Amino acid sequence: MIAAAHTPYTVPIGFMDALQVTILILVAAGATAVVLTRRHVHQVLVLSVYGILLAVLFLAFQAPDVTLSELTVGAVALPIILLLTLAKVRKREE
Amino acid sequence: MEYFPFVVVVWILCVGLYGVVTSRHLVHQIICLIVVQSSTYVLLLGVGYVTGAVAPYYFDVPVHTPAVDPVVQALALTDVVVEAAVTALLLSFAIQAHKRFGTLDPQELASLKG
Amino acid sequence: MTPAQRRWVSAVGIAGLAAFYLWGLSGLPGFGDYPGPYGFIVLHLAVKQTFATGIVSAVNFDYRGFDTVGEEFILFAAAAGTGVVLRRLRGERERSAVDEAADRDVPATSDAVRMVALLFTGPVMVVGWWLTSHAQANPSGGFQGGVILATAFILVYLSGEFVVLKRFSPVALTEAVEAAGAGGFAAIGVAAVPMGLAYLTNYLPKGQFAGAVSSSGTIALISFFVGLEVGAAFILIIGELLEQTLLIRQGDR
Repeated sequence: MIAAAHTPYTVPIGFMDALQVTILILVAAGATAVVLTRRHVHQVLVLSVYGILLAVLFLAFQAPDVTLSELTVGAVALPIILLLTLAKVRKREE
Repeated sequence: MEYFPFVVVVWILCVGLYGVVTSRHLVHQIICLIVVQSSTYVLLLGVGYVTGAVAPYYFDVPVHTPAVDPVVQALALTDVVVEAAVTALLLSFAIQAHKRFGTLDPQELASLKG
Repeated sequence: MTPAQRRWVSAVGIAGLAAFYLWGLSGLPGFGDYPGPYGFIVLHLAVKQTFATGIVSAVNFDYRGFDTVGEEFILFAAAAGTGVVLRRLRGERERSAVDEAADRDVPATSDAVRMVALLFTGPVMVVGWWLTSHAQANPSGGFQGGVILATAFILVYLSGEFVVLKRFSPVALTEAVEAAGAGGFAAIGVAAVPMGLAYLTNYLPKGQFAGAVSSSGTIALISFFVGLEVGAAFILIIGELLEQTLLIRQGDR
């Protein structure tokens, strides 16, 4: 099997395992929270937090490129698009 | 720890699917679809992980350091950005449905005609 | 079927799907035991062959460039589709963007939001261009940089009126930039064919230092075009939605 890498930035394997397990549990809880939130604007904000949690998970999986993508899209662009849609739909209900 | 990320992947998929099926509002349904898509990103990155390896960028580490798989990261990266645009297209359909039929409840929309 | 019945039936179905999915995933090698030879081969050869130190971008734009062309055209089609679907229907009228200020009943933008948005527009633009132009060195690339460029334009909207955003990014110009980005990527690939190489071969000179801005041949150029296209697509989508929310009203002609 591959031996562990030795760079100035490598952390012990146990630490990385603990971090990954914690973030995975938080991501699972975040997904449940997104589905179960009732009010629309609150759900968009919880989705934004879920996006940030996913970005931290991707960083713990050694993928900084995907982290950048998920941060910009999932925490900024998607909530903007969703909030604009909700504003449009709600305005017509007045 | 061997299979725990895959259990989380299955959990996220099932929770998202449950949200899609039992939803009463199109925008809530689309948000649950986003959650389902995110489970595939976690699966892709979980498949390519190598224990004890670094990210596949050799700008500041020596060239033959063990690194994780770069191919799945390339797939997940373009995936994330493109799915946002497709979600915007879905939302524009929801806006037009609301303009035409006045309601965004998928169970009422299923029974409308024309 | 009543909602409670729907809930139970779907729960049974989803439990069955989860059981099969878990059974299938248990056949994979465990987390962290990646066996596959392709990833290791790419890591071994990429720096020598393409002179790029960002292996993920090298895979994206060189080794698997054909997949990326396909994904980019999905983005292009989605942005075009949003523009088509959100057209003005018969029976709606569009108010001009200028008279919004007179009878609008929303509160004016607060000074704090205005100041922060003004302060950050320039730096966000610079960060977006930096990311777009450094795909071959760092964890950067056209996709992330393009989205951040679009966010800079949204900051322009936040710091002023909608009219200002329309003046900075008129629809015709944004569509032209998007088309130039998508077409540029395809054109770089097609330009390899008359030289007798396969479509999307990396044929430009590769530079001397791995990871410099001018190294790695077509990867840097493709990343620039992808950044243009992704940024323009997101500006178009958000501009369309803003127009729907702010300008188009139900009413008689």
